[in-house]
Amino acid sequence: MKRVVITGMGAVSPYGRGVDTLLDSLIEGKSAIRRTENHATIRGLRCRVAGLVPHIDPREIPRKYRRSMSNMSIFAALACNEALQQAGLGSEECAGGQMGVAIGSTTGSIQATQEFFENFLNTGGLEQMKSTVFFKIMNHSCAANISKVLGLTGRILSPSAACSTSCQALGYGYEMIAFGRQQYMLCGGADEYHALTAGAFDILNAASINFNEQPHRTPRPFDRDRDGVVCSEGSGIILLESLDSARKRAVPIWGEIIGFSTVSDPKSIANPDADSIELCMRIALKDAGLEPQQIDYINAHATATVQGDLAESAAIYKLFGNKTPVSSLKGHLGHTLAASGSLELCALVGMLDGQYLIPTLNLDNVDESCKHIRHVKLSETKKLQTAIKNNFALGGVNSSLVIRRYQND
Amino acid sequence: MTDQEIIDLINLTLVEEFELNMADMKPEALIFDDLELDSLDIVDMVVVLESAFQFKIREEASIREIRSLRDIHEFVINKKNQLAGS
Repeated sequence: MKRVVITGMGAVSPYGRGVDTLLDSLIEGKSAIRRTENHATIRGLRCRVAGLVPHIDPREIPRKYRRSMSNMSIFAALACNEALQQAGLGSEECAGGQMGVAIGSTTGSIQATQEFFENFLNTGGLEQMKSTVFFKIMNHSCAANISKVLGLTGRILSPSAACSTSCQALGYGYEMIAFGRQQYMLCGGADEYHALTAGAFDILNAASINFNEQPHRTPRPFDRDRDGVVCSEGSGIILLESLDSARKRAVPIWGEIIGFSTVSDPKSIANPDADSIELCMRIALKDAGLEPQQIDYINAHATATVQGDLAESAAIYKLFGNKTPVSSLKGHLGHTLAASGSLELCALVGMLDGQYLIPTLNLDNVDESCKHIRHVKLSETKKLQTAIKNNFALGGVNSSLVIRRYQND
Repeated sequence: MTDQEIIDLINLTLVEEFELNMADMKPEALIFDDLELDSLDIVDMVVVLESAFQFKIREEASIREIRSLRDIHEFVINKKNQLAGS
């Protein structure tokens, strides 16, 4: 099996473009959550906050490629450009057959779907439909668009597992390289905000609705006053590469993926289960060849739902006890859904590189049901070698990645 | 509409839809080679021209013979004249 390392990262987040912007904002403890102004007319939608990507100019993507992209593909394309640039890779490697793509989203573009049906229902026909609308709606829109704009000729995969999407994309990319099937994999996820996304959580009584006038105070992972998810948008892209290749190219290595697990939780389509989450993390540790006490930090999924935070903290306590530090980045970013795994992994790589821990924002009073684990409530400097990254999705799709700080070993 | 007004509207519509430069909108410009449009763009060109001129042209056989911007100008002018005469 080949070892798999990270040689490039790219981010488009609610803070703006770039991994540096993401990390700087997280370190500053800035909330990316804002009030959404145009939701008042949607009856039944009580959540009026979101983490939206500030305006970006997408015209660096040629029109011929951009025409089939909704925002999620644009975010992913810009993040891919950043990752490739950092890794020192270009069109030659993209076209060489040894670079694949594993990028997914929760759904295809809901905005494009809305526009399609508005037009279809209003006109009663298809005569005004543009040729590229389907390419924004299809579920593998991001991966397909990225392969075109970059000229990729390797494997193409589009996992779609809601909040586990990019964690799975990374895991599958890791396995493809480990098995020697690809030399490089562009992995991650992307999502674009739509009111119906927040609505999906609101219908389940799982969206934050009590902080519409104070958006920076929500979401509140693990906090006593948490009241649910805040939906956000963006894309995180990680360029995975075989260690042999990275060494041969003599490029900086930002971390090593050493374990992955994804499991199906059959118990409920909506409610997370602590036993399944624990199993997921346990298998990831086994894959990494590590014992629980060898993990220095846990980057939790923790979206600030009552059920999710409780199940994850219970699973963490059962496997790791109360010594291993835990934090969630959702308090800063909100939930970037399919992008959350890869976007948060960018930040986790930053923590490993800088030897510090970013605390959970808005964790003022740890909820009684979550208090048995060791929360990071303030910034800490810490010697970090290994970490585990969790992502769990509606539908019962759990996933965990184990990452190690690279030491030229 | 005068013929020149039709030509101006065609050019403006295509420039906006396909992010072209107005300076490149010369009658002799070839749709594929010079303006760098492709088969997907032709589908959308029909949609935006139908919207701009409020006619239906998708099923017109002669539309497949279009090669240059001048061909589009002439096609639309002829179509408008046909509709005006009918």
